Amino acid sequence: MKKAFPILGALTAILLGYALYEALVAAPTEQTMGDVQRIFYYHVPSAWTAFTLFLINFVASILYLVRRNPAADIIALVSAEVGVVFCTVVLVTGPIWARPVWGIWWAPGDIRLTSTLVLWLIYVSYLILRRFSSSGQTPTLAAALAVLGALCVPFVYFSIWFFRTQHPQPVMGGGGSIDPRMLHVLLINWLAFLCFAFLVCWSRYRLEELQRDVDHAHAMQSLMDPRGSVR
Amino acid sequence: MTAPTGITRATLLKDLRLEWRSKDAINSMLFFSLLVVVVFRFSFDPTAEESREIAGGLVWVAFLFAAVVALNQTWAREIRNQVLDAYRVSPAPANSLFIAKTLGNFILVTVLEALMTPLFIVFYQLRSLGPAWQLLVVAVLGTWALVVNGTFFAAMSLRTRSREIMLPLLLFPISIPAILAMVQATTSILTGEGARVWMALLVSYDLVFTTGCLLLFETVLNAE
Repeated sequence: MKKAFPILGALTAILLGYALYEALVAAPTEQTMGDVQRIFYYHVPSAWTAFTLFLINFVASILYLVRRNPAADIIALVSAEVGVVFCTVVLVTGPIWARPVWGIWWAPGDIRLTSTLVLWLIYVSYLILRRFSSSGQTPTLAAALAVLGALCVPFVYFSIWFFRTQHPQPVMGGGGSIDPRMLHVLLINWLAFLCFAFLVCWSRYRLEELQRDVDHAHAMQSLMDPRGSVR
Repeated sequence: MTAPTGITRATLLKDLRLEWRSKDAINSMLFFSLLVVVVFRFSFDPTAEESREIAGGLVWVAFLFAAVVALNQTWAREIRNQVLDAYRVSPAPANSLFIAKTLGNFILVTVLEALMTPLFIVFYQLRSLGPAWQLLVVAVLGTWALVVNGTFFAAMSLRTRSREIMLPLLLFPISIPAILAMVQATTSILTGEGARVWMALLVSYDLVFTTGCLLLFETVLNAE
């Protein structure tokens, strides 16, 4: 396992470099938007990666509620943390793209950007809950919040749906069409981002495990020796 | 063992009696939402037409913040004297307690709304262009959406440091679709457009989250 980490790290670095080249140089320039459109290769893969991570968080939370498995709790925590980071990238790149193309930074009626913002708020509140609750109860409370948060997602989507949408049609499964060359670059970027997210999650997972071992050892130590200090 | 409805009724009556004698929550809620009404009235100074456009948002913002006051107090009195711990070791079903608390908050917030609505009408010269009875439906659905989640998250934030701050931080993000629906429904009724879609959204939101909270409440109450 320990050997696999640097190998995967090197592979991810190569993939990210290749994806950067593809996005900035190899991909064809968009006809109407010009080079501004290239931010799309960061915006969309980040969004897909964030959504994937939030889905993992939801599944892991349910698994924790059913099985009470600590590993599931760590996975839920880690995927929410990394998901929030990718979600932040989406929320920052969205307005940067929107300003030159739509003429405004933010369209409150836009369904994807706004529902991503609400999703971001929900998962930030999840992380705040984890930070503020006392350690023994954190996993259960957080898992319950994660389940309710995931239940909220369709409502967020439909409530903003009833506002009119300004966003370009979804690339996949919608009416929009895309140059196959652009799609290729997009998918490479997504793969690179997923590898990167997986790498970060993995190291964060190991860190969290270590942290819990350390906390446990401290707790045991102070139990054994009533005069000993905790730290 | 008492039947679950008996436990619900006993808890509800106890809470209402306590509130009736102290009037802590309702007084602070009333004064708070009165302040919101007055401050917004002076800061916007709207005409009757503008009022119709903004009143939906204003009313619900006032009720939302006032409801948090009541919700924060929901479980506080059960912490003193370890009432909640006693409840946890008793064989009484957790959900009866949850339903009682939710109903109690619902009644409290409804009373607040009933008292504040005339003030809103006077201050903002409101006159509905759509069917006004629909506002009643929206009020019931919206209030339920707020208190069912609010009671649940109040029980959750009970276990955290700085619990008074935690409740809005947990409650507001998840309530955003419901708040959007309430505000839009109210505004559409006031301006005479249809609000059917928003009401349907509120109904399904209420159903899903009531079920979700009932399924998860016992877990949260017994979290260790």
